[in-house]
Amino acid sequence: MKNSRREFLKLAAVSAMGIGAARLGFLGDAPAHAAGLPTVGNYEEGLKAKHWGMAVYSAKFTPERIAACRKACHDEHNVPDIAGPKEIKWFWGASYEESFPTEHGHYLSEEVEHRQFPLLCNQCETPMCVKVCPTQATFQRPDGIVMMDFHRCIGCRYCMAGCPFGARSFNFQDPRPFIKDFNPHFPTRMRGVVEKCNFCAERLAVGKLPKCVEAAEGALVFGDLSDEQSDIRKVLREHFAIRRKPDAGTSPSVYYIL
Amino acid sequence: MYNAKYIIPGILFFLALALVPVVYNMGHQFEVKPELPKDQKECVLPTNEMRDKHMQLLNEWRNEAVRDGSRIFVNAKGQKYVKSLTNTCMSCHPDKAKFCDRCHETVGVAPYCWDCHNLTPNQKSPIPPVASAATGGH
Repeated sequence: MKNSRREFLKLAAVSAMGIGAARLGFLGDAPAHAAGLPTVGNYEEGLKAKHWGMAVYSAKFTPERIAACRKACHDEHNVPDIAGPKEIKWFWGASYEESFPTEHGHYLSEEVEHRQFPLLCNQCETPMCVKVCPTQATFQRPDGIVMMDFHRCIGCRYCMAGCPFGARSFNFQDPRPFIKDFNPHFPTRMRGVVEKCNFCAERLAVGKLPKCVEAAEGALVFGDLSDEQSDIRKVLREHFAIRRKPDAGTSPSVYYIL
Repeated sequence: MYNAKYIIPGILFFLALALVPVVYNMGHQFEVKPELPKDQKECVLPTNEMRDKHMQLLNEWRNEAVRDGSRIFVNAKGQKYVKSLTNTCMSCHPDKAKFCDRCHETVGVAPYCWDCHNLTPNQKSPIPPVASAATGGH
């Protein structure tokens, strides 16, 4: 072959271009998430309980920690970051007055009065949202988690009117352009669908604790409320805890230690 | 018959027009060749069943996974798979345009799975990279 060196150099140049192109961000380079694709084995080791619940050490929550939990949750579930009245929130913070409007604490300790409380869907034992949903898109699992089947939601927003905690958000527009840190393993939603915290049902299924519990560094305790030996029952035995809006009659599964 | 000289040719013309697609496609075999994965030999079910019933299977998967929390699919051979469109189906068939769309566009259906579900577990951004009329046209 007379031109072998020439051919070789051509080939080398083309290959180099190919490799270079493959390195371009939009063509490949899977994000860090791809490493942890859940396997059948992971799903076989899923966490099970009779009644999932959460205890919140509210004194351990600073606005920064609430923001960290919120970011962890929202990134995990592709919750869009939309400011203003169309905001979509699964995990957020609020003042004492907003969190416990029926507690009428006129002469509160200043520390409690100015504390920010982390709020999320309360996963009620008798959820109003499930009662009013006309399509059964919102339903309660046997383990107490109030889930949403986004496929069935028709966006009527009865559940938003029914929920006494404002824990549900409506997608007024396509959320995809507003998702900053994207997790390809969890779907996004579409316009006209209500969404809310699902107690990380998809993480429990692979044996992991909810994302906010991981991010809270011990300030959130998650476990089985029906198991007397569980961490959460121990915590609730040892501390005085209240639930939000008891007079709404929905029996939340989220307990706040003051 | 009144005006038969207009009506009969009219009917014949209409019939001819209506039958053009039938005649045009006569003898042609309906064949779509989606790109199959190179590193995998078999799907969760036999190919014929997948071709006929993948929509039923996906519907069952979504109901069982979301509503019953049953997330493992066991096929007739006893092999186990995770019930997940993005993480199971799309990790073998990563190119929607060359797999899903080829059939869907030919038969004229526009499923809206991709309004919410991601194209592959390696996708970098939430906007599907291949913008197609098939996405969201419902």
